Amino acid sequence: MNVFKDAGHLFRFAGLFVLAFLVFLIVRGFVVPRSFGQYGHYRGNAISDIAAKPVKFAGHEACESCHTDVLDVKKAGKHAHVNCEACHGPLAKHADDPTAMTPVKPDTAVLCARCHTATAAKPKGFPQVDPEEHSSGVPCGTCHQPHSPAIDAGGAK
Amino acid sequence: MKISRRQMLVLLPAAAVAWRSVLAGTPEQAPNYNKSEHWWGLLIDIPKCIGCGNCVRACQAENDLPDGFFRTWVERYHVSDEDMTNPQVISPDGGKEGFPVAKEDAGKYFFVPKMCNHCSDSPCTQVCPVGATFVTPDGVVLVDQSYCLGCAYCVQACPYGCRYIHPEKKVADKCTLCYHRITKGLTTACCESCPTGARQLVDLKNPNDPIHEFLKTHSVQVLKPQMATGAKAYYNGLDGSVR
Repeated sequence: MNVFKDAGHLFRFAGLFVLAFLVFLIVRGFVVPRSFGQYGHYRGNAISDIAAKPVKFAGHEACESCHTDVLDVKKAGKHAHVNCEACHGPLAKHADDPTAMTPVKPDTAVLCARCHTATAAKPKGFPQVDPEEHSSGVPCGTCHQPHSPAIDAGGAK
Repeated sequence: MKISRRQMLVLLPAAAVAWRSVLAGTPEQAPNYNKSEHWWGLLIDIPKCIGCGNCVRACQAENDLPDGFFRTWVERYHVSDEDMTNPQVISPDGGKEGFPVAKEDAGKYFFVPKMCNHCSDSPCTQVCPVGATFVTPDGVVLVDQSYCLGCAYCVQACPYGCRYIHPEKKVADKCTLCYHRITKGLTTACCESCPTGARQLVDLKNPNDPIHEFLKTHSVQVLKPQMATGAKAYYNGLDGSVR
């Protein structure tokens, strides 16, 4: 007795399933990115895509490799640990090609006040002044050299 | 154009090799960077923070963030003596342009910079239905923006409120710990521009990193430790009222 005698319709149906599965595998092979699963359940190349973005802040080492004179002044003063771009802003373009972009000098009346305006919320040991009372609107740079700001330490202009 | 059998035999393998490199995608951008040698985190030293907002501005400049959206922001806490558990917290425009002047009164003030904690057991990556967000082998939580659907599950899942849907790209966006900088040997934009050293990038796999000595000798906390997120933003001098 042949058990498969009347089972042709089942085989045809099973064939359809196998075919659909193969189509699924082929489509999946095309739509799933190659690097998916390289490190985990995500696209491995996403990591290098994100790492490839350009930088805007060059980093203080790039500045210091040329501006050694400023570095020497800064090292002797209270701003020794303040990085260049903390005040001067993002300057990777200037670091890559100094002629391509000339940095604009920050306005000391605005810049210094950001950190040094007196408020009860700041750490007690941090040097703070009331800008109005301290200089009544005269820009800080008139008396202080921003790279080495203490006046008695020879930082005055 | 007629191609001989000999030319065909040369061209076919060449085309196959070229196609393979196309499929492999862009090559690693930082050839000297080895992911398995790093485990990144961040140290935030509360007693050093002056609330200048430099980190917030630097982050927005470095990452071209839309106005009103923040990958890092600074909060100012005011805790009164009578009500220690209900601090008044402000963060005007993320603290980008600093804070209003505070007068001495009963209670204390302090600043708390906030950002992605780059959790090692991060809830945000666990809920992603498509594998668009993940923890890299070097411990940074990233979003694959070409894969993200913008469903915002991760935005809800982050206990620290560090994610948002980008208003133009309509996908999840968050701090990348300046992955494009740290893989090139630079520090993050926020750490680079912090004038007091209140924020420092740390590499926990580097035995010479000063963080190891710092963690041994200071009272350091992470935010919401009860959530067991494995947060790697270490806060020194964190007040108990901070949420």
